[in-house]
Amino acid sequence: MKILALDSSGLVASVALIADDILVAEYTINYKRTHSETLLPMLDELKRMSNLDLETIDAIAVAGGPGSFTGLRIGSSTAKGLALALDKPIVSVPTVDALAYNLFGTKGLICPLMDARRMQTYTGLYRFEDDGSFTVVREACAVAIEEILEDINSRGERVVFLGDGVPVFSEKIGELAKVPYVFAPAHLSRQRAGAVASLGAIYFAEGRVQKHGEHHPEYLRMSQAERERMEKGLTS
Amino acid sequence: MSDIRILAIESSCDETAAAVVENGRHVRSNIISTQIPIHTLYGGVVPEIASRKHIERMDQVIEQALAEAECTLSDLDAIAVTYGPGLVGALLCGVAEAKAIAFAAGLPLVGVHHIEGHISANYIEYPDLEPPFICLVVSGGHTHLVRVSDYGSYEILGRTVDDAAGEAFDKVARAIGLGYPGGPKVEKKALEGDPDAIAFPKAHVTGSDYDFSFSGLKSAVLNYMNGCKMRGETYNEADIAASFQKAVVGALTDHAVMAIEEFGVKKLALAGGVASNGAFRESVRSACEERGVEFYCPSPILCTDNAAMIGAAAYYEFIAGRRSGWDLNAVPALKLGERA
Repeated sequence: MKILALDSSGLVASVALIADDILVAEYTINYKRTHSETLLPMLDELKRMSNLDLETIDAIAVAGGPGSFTGLRIGSSTAKGLALALDKPIVSVPTVDALAYNLFGTKGLICPLMDARRMQTYTGLYRFEDDGSFTVVREACAVAIEEILEDINSRGERVVFLGDGVPVFSEKIGELAKVPYVFAPAHLSRQRAGAVASLGAIYFAEGRVQKHGEHHPEYLRMSQAERERMEKGLTS
Repeated sequence: MSDIRILAIESSCDETAAAVVENGRHVRSNIISTQIPIHTLYGGVVPEIASRKHIERMDQVIEQALAEAECTLSDLDAIAVTYGPGLVGALLCGVAEAKAIAFAAGLPLVGVHHIEGHISANYIEYPDLEPPFICLVVSGGHTHLVRVSDYGSYEILGRTVDDAAGEAFDKVARAIGLGYPGGPKVEKKALEGDPDAIAFPKAHVTGSDYDFSFSGLKSAVLNYMNGCKMRGETYNEADIAASFQKAVVGALTDHAVMAIEEFGVKKLALAGGVASNGAFRESVRSACEERGVEFYCPSPILCTDNAAMIGAAAYYEFIAGRRSGWDLNAVPALKLGERA
């Protein structure tokens, strides 16, 4: 089984190919160039370096949100274009789930933190069971850092934090966390398409696939205009 | 040479569109999914909502364009996409999708300038039209007077220094309570009014005869309305619509005539959404007739934002050997004639 994966949900642009349980190629850049300029050249490089025949892949996995609205759309539009042209299904993997999957086998709780601006974080809580299975303790959400820390404190377990929200919220964590915690090291702490591919392979096997036409990012947030309209009490 | 078939994608503003065009002139399919009803709720285009809707509709629109053209990706020679100017988030949806399709299908990619697309709509409407000609491109986002000396060769003679003409229609429509989109609503209202009822000014841009300015005209309309209110007088919306429209159409026509005379060109074409306005068409048509100049104007379906026009422009880029790389980006302020 071959899964081609993309993640452009945050500052990182990442593409990966897995074949069964082998990571054939992974290309990750965390540098300030727009994903629109980097993502497809990276995919082209991956294809050439691994002699990939695109027709042989089984599915396209994409970090389907939350994240930067524009970044998500570049990833999703790319996935949709590939899926349309190749007639393959899309596996939409929640961005924070894939981040947590970087830390396979970790004891205790895993808490990805993405900087969601407006005093919020895109986060969730995850755990690996003794048999290696992956449990979503709290689904991907957009909440205040205080709220997720309160949730973590109430569970009384050691937690590993990772993601681009760590430098943003580390002070708050130091102030408010009442459980033991650590931060993931550089090679595991940001989005990696390899993790999107691995988790995507599990979802694919479970039949959690979408047709390319029905896929769109899960932003977890309304647009500002919609929110303001709601606040004024107007609906649709 | 065998036929060149191009799938074109357009998502620069609030229409998600795809088309299959043969040899730049023959439209095999032209699918447009409009978002106007959604944006009407907000009184104008909301960029984030536009981007979200593009991604939801894009694949269905592309598949319908292929189906109506009775072809598959393997029957195509290239994928074309609008990469500017426009709303950056909206453009990116089309650009990322087009690049991925071209990459996966092993087809060349051709990035197209949105305004060059509008101009090229004339090639579809008039299969025998060839450059050189003067083109007046007027829409909600653009007002350009362009000298087209050859395929892919454009010189901007004049442009708006503030609001686009279509934008002025939207703002005046809002002021007199007609709502969004303003163009067709003002046109309809104007039919009931007297275009000579109010003398609104035709703005002149100092030092540049071909440039346009419409924000002063919009202010004049608002000032007129305020003046009436302060004097406790009522005003007639239809007269305002008709007089405003006359002023816009007059400025556009005058500049076009000036260009025809200066450059001795025998063909004048219109393009863009405002080219659907009946008063505008008629004004330019009769000015052309008086001077023995051939007049061209695409059908309304080709004046609005659409992908067929992008396919037409892309064909001339394609046969000139121009290709875009996988790093093609959206360029929201892309200049006419510029190549990324």
